Amino acid sequence: MSDCTRDEMMTVAAARQLWDGCVCFVGIGLPSAACNLARLTHAPDIVLIYESGTIGTRPQVLPLSIGDGELAETASCVVPLPEIFSYYLQGGRVDVGFLGAAQIDRYGNLNSTVIGPYGHPATRLPGAGGAPEIAAHARRTYVVLKATPRSFVERLDFRTSAGFLEGGESRERSGARGGGPQSIITDFGLLAPHAETRELDLVALFPGATVEEARAAVGWPLKVSAKVERLDPPTGLELEALRDLHARTREAHSRSVQLPA
Amino acid sequence: MRFLTLSEAIAGHVADGACVALEGFTHLIPFAAGHEIIRQRRRNLHLVRMTPDLVYDQLIGMGCASRLTFSWGGNPGVGSLHRLRDAVENAWPGPLELDEHTHAGMAAAYCAGAARLPLGVLRGYIGTDLVAANPRIRSVECPFTGERLAAVPAINPDVTVLHAQRADRKGNVGLVGIVGAQREAALAARALIVTVEEIVDELPPAMNSIVLPHWIVSAVVLCPGGAYPAYAQGYYGRDNAFYQRWDRIARARDSFSDWMDKHVLGTGDHRGFLATLRGAA
Repeated sequence: MSDCTRDEMMTVAAARQLWDGCVCFVGIGLPSAACNLARLTHAPDIVLIYESGTIGTRPQVLPLSIGDGELAETASCVVPLPEIFSYYLQGGRVDVGFLGAAQIDRYGNLNSTVIGPYGHPATRLPGAGGAPEIAAHARRTYVVLKATPRSFVERLDFRTSAGFLEGGESRERSGARGGGPQSIITDFGLLAPHAETRELDLVALFPGATVEEARAAVGWPLKVSAKVERLDPPTGLELEALRDLHARTREAHSRSVQLPA
Repeated sequence: MRFLTLSEAIAGHVADGACVALEGFTHLIPFAAGHEIIRQRRRNLHLVRMTPDLVYDQLIGMGCASRLTFSWGGNPGVGSLHRLRDAVENAWPGPLELDEHTHAGMAAAYCAGAARLPLGVLRGYIGTDLVAANPRIRSVECPFTGERLAAVPAINPDVTVLHAQRADRKGNVGLVGIVGAQREAALAARALIVTVEEIVDELPPAMNSIVLPHWIVSAVVLCPGGAYPAYAQGYYGRDNAFYQRWDRIARARDSFSDWMDKHVLGTGDHRGFLATLRGAA
């Protein structure tokens, strides 16, 4: 598997954490690739919900935006957006939510709002979108984020979405009903919350990745679980399905659109 | 309900300082109407939209807005909205006051607005610094259970502008595909302008699809291609390549202004706008 990229390893690792029949709230980018890879391999009956209102969608190619027409055309139904957030997400009907961010801290709290102070930001990021309520209500969340000391930080510039807040029981006290982040999928492997402190521990490494690499990439003193799993490399089948999906997507997105008459 | 040209509809319904929602979640974004607001050089608008998208990047960069109510301000799948960022980070071309929410919060605020209730209630904004950043996100106690719930003020735009596939001759409007929060934004508004791909004698059978009945519609404007570079399901696809190109166009103030001068200010209407892009392709 020396020819397989870290991006591919992350996508495959994310896909493997999804099970057949699970109801999954999908974000664009790597999560969308992972969810569709799961659907094309071991989880054909996974239910993919995109926040644009498409339920049970089975896109042939990955969407560029959260609301591409492909998602509506291949959905089992399309509902208005307020329904998605109130009846499905807040209603507790979502098993897994995927989240990304610009920053994460040791308790899995996320920042996707600003770098610098809110009133005078050095970098204005896109903002919350659906994330705070996905973080609160999905039965569990998976976070996908590349690790650098700028993204895995001691202290967030802004807390957009709740992970385990200050750790321990603080999430339960907040009123968040979902289970919070269960897995952080990053360049070197996986982090998962400690059962009591809820601090993110290193629990698994990709082939070729090391504990030292993980420690160097994380901006807080990273704790390492007593037992660190060595993840299996992607199988030939997984890689083939993923590369086909990306190739179809590239081809579809490069097709020129006929300007309306 | 009246059938108007886009220029008449914007001149008649969008005043300087108005609260305006151009809605459409990726699909059916009313780009042509946004461009006409820019051509008519509206100022101090309070813009409302869940996902500002390129159309608000353009309105903000052209100095039309002084306030923005929103929940996610990026170029979907591409990155930043550079003009929005420049306004927030550097107050260019002027300061922009933010009223920032989550998608669930804005959806609740539109639903409340449509129902003419003063507030939307949700189990939301849990553990987020947005509550401290935005004094308009508050909480209420449920009188039955005692639970604290998030509360947001209803959104009632002076005018909501939508793009749809079809209207019939009475002005009933039909939308199919991804419908976002358009129905709620339409019913929450004091006036509603809808641009459409086509005007038909009769809408296709529409059981359970979204229809905005003629008596809530202020003006219907025939405007084929009015959602481009977003898309209209059944008519044309989203120009994803344009969304990617926009990142380079909007990154610098000069290239942005040049593009807007050439393609929007330099054209009389949406037909002219599309013609300049056809020439460039």
